[in-house]
Amino acid sequence: MSAPMDKPESSRRQFFNGTVRGAFLFLLGAATTLLFRRSQPKRTVWQIDPYKCICCTNCATKCVMHPSAVKCVQVYPMCGYCKLCTGYFEPEPISLDTGAENQLCPTGAIKRRQLEDPYYEYNIDEPLCIGCAKCVKGCVLFGNGSFFLQVRHDRCVNCDECAIAIACPSQAFQRVPADKPYLFKNREHQA
Amino acid sequence: MRRMLRACLYLTLLSLPLVAAFGVERFPPPEFDAGYKMPVTTMPPARALWLSYVDVAVLVAALALASYLVLKKRSRDGVLALSVFSLLYFGFYQQGCVCSIGSVQDVALALFNSGYVVPLTTVAFFLLPLLFTLFFGRTFCSGVCPMGAMQDLVLLKPVKVPAWLEHALGTLPFVYLGAGILFAATGSLFIICEYDPFVALYRRTGSFGMLALGAAFLIVGIFVGRPYCRFLCPYGALLSLVSRFSKWGVTLSPTDCIHCQICDTACPYGAIADPMLKDPHPDPRKRARRRLALLALTALLVVLGGWLGERLSVPFSNSHATVSLAEQIAAEDAGKIKEPTDASKAFRQTGQPVEELYAEAHRVRGRFAVGSVLFGAFVGLVFGLTLISVSEPHERNVYDPDPADCVSCGRCYVYCPKEIVRVKRIQGKNVIPLTPVRGEQKG
Ligand code: SF4
Ligand code: SF4
Ligand code: SF4
Ligand code: SF4
Ligand code: SF4
Repeated sequence: MSAPMDKPESSRRQFFNGTVRGAFLFLLGAATTLLFRRSQPKRTVWQIDPYKCICCTNCATKCVMHPSAVKCVQVYPMCGYCKLCTGYFEPEPISLDTGAENQLCPTGAIKRRQLEDPYYEYNIDEPLCIGCAKCVKGCVLFGNGSFFLQVRHDRCVNCDECAIAIACPSQAFQRVPADKPYLFKNREHQA
Repeated sequence: MRRMLRACLYLTLLSLPLVAAFGVERFPPPEFDAGYKMPVTTMPPARALWLSYVDVAVLVAALALASYLVLKKRSRDGVLALSVFSLLYFGFYQQGCVCSIGSVQDVALALFNSGYVVPLTTVAFFLLPLLFTLFFGRTFCSGVCPMGAMQDLVLLKPVKVPAWLEHALGTLPFVYLGAGILFAATGSLFIICEYDPFVALYRRTGSFGMLALGAAFLIVGIFVGRPYCRFLCPYGALLSLVSRFSKWGVTLSPTDCIHCQICDTACPYGAIADPMLKDPHPDPRKRARRRLALLALTALLVVLGGWLGERLSVPFSNSHATVSLAEQIAAEDAGKIKEPTDASKAFRQTGQPVEELYAEAHRVRGRFAVGSVLFGAFVGLVFGLTLISVSEPHERNVYDPDPADCVSCGRCYVYCPKEIVRVKRIQGKNVIPLTPVRGEQKG
């Protein structure tokens, strides 16, 4: 069927295709140069600025991971080791002990350990924590704010766009360099 | 007594101004004696950087292998094996991010927002498949893209989608691409990620909506070949554009098609372009008039799209956090809304002046005003060009894969009787030549 008559038609098409291909190559090249100027070898990951977070509970519900990749962390040097920890206890606890009915945390993820009187150490049992920020709110409002939320990178899958970031009312999420993936609070900042 | 003390404590604490809440040390940390060892908060590291270079290396290797398997080896089994590998590596191991499809948005954000620096690996995921497609056709789709691989593997009982529906739905990827770029470039949302049907399946966790979407696509995909690829995938839209002009690509029976139409039945993706032997409009004057009318219609569609885009630019822009926040603050200040939202409360806590917020929202609105018009016009253009392409008679006299739609799955190779004979003949000589250049033999 390919009569010699078809030849000019097909070579014309080939020429046209080749030209467009060249144009595409040029475009790709241009895009590459432009992009390289705006790119960096480092990867970025998502992290919460704890000084912006307003403890809205979205972190528990909007993450693509269930339970959330956001967890509460405890920075011990900032903690007051309070007997009445407002991050640990309900506002009106029946008694100041580890009974579940006294605890703020819905999953019982905070472990309380008595040290020398009157000090208590509070630890987060991360697998249990769902990142609901209830304890954070309690600690920030009435305590030292040593509890705060962080994206935990052993669980976070580093979504291209973090699903919580777009739902966060205080725009506390930001991309940070992957080799410095945490934004911890510190005492100097508080002072 | 204790109760009262506590009540007092709470009362004093409650009266503390909220603004100060972020930076207060209310209870000095105790000085412990040497006996106490303070625990150190762990910082589990993010995935190592070199691993993402491995990802890029695997991508290049998979692309090269796919191109070799499809074009040189012409092996459906090879493609199948590669699909399984890609699904496991890019899907279940890499858990979907970053993928080439989503990278479109990073690229758009980086190009239009000087503030965003895109990681090199993301750039590689965006560019490499395009580059390969430019030379070898959509071999990325054949067995490298985990989304395509997933759909390819679940396809059991393909049904044929009627041509008109195929054409109509075929415009969706371009619309989606345009919308994805619009929302990413303005820094509002990554909609392509938000409605990614399979990523929740790779992670085997996610919201109910996402998992349900994935399951729905898989179930439909048993009967309709690659529903996401053909009717939604925005990156596929880009690839199909590029693939039209690729140097090599899947071709059948380079010498003589016997019009048995077996390949057409075999291709589950409706990618075999039917030859149109007879021109439906033999009268050249009528044809010219028809062409002119279609061109005019396209121009009209472009204008209409642009106008619609302009109308929609304000609702679109409300997807941007800054704009919706500014709206909320303005409404609150005007007394229209009593109840503050979390976002507006957070904003007021920062003490940032409202004017700054308004100015920023205004800038975003401006970007949307331009972007939405362009987006609308683009959609109009896509509709117009689709109309033109379906009504123009294709001058072709053999059955052959359409480079735009063919995802290089390699199924048709095994069915074309002429191809089978050809492969047998060549296998005797133990060499399989590279597929001919597109358009070389065909009239
Ligand atoms: S979504 Fe934002 S404000 Fe809400 S808890 Fe998470 S980081 Fe805090
Ligand atoms: S209260 Fe919420 S954020 Fe705090 S430890 Fe419990 S689950 Fe985690
Ligand atoms: S990036 Fe993804 S996995 Fe990580 S915290 Fe955000 S939504 Fe969760
Ligand atoms: S069309 Fe899109 S989803 Fe399908 S294989 Fe190609 S890139 Fe992947
Ligand atoms: S390789 Fe063949 S069967 Fe597969 S999509 Fe292309 S034309 Fe269809």
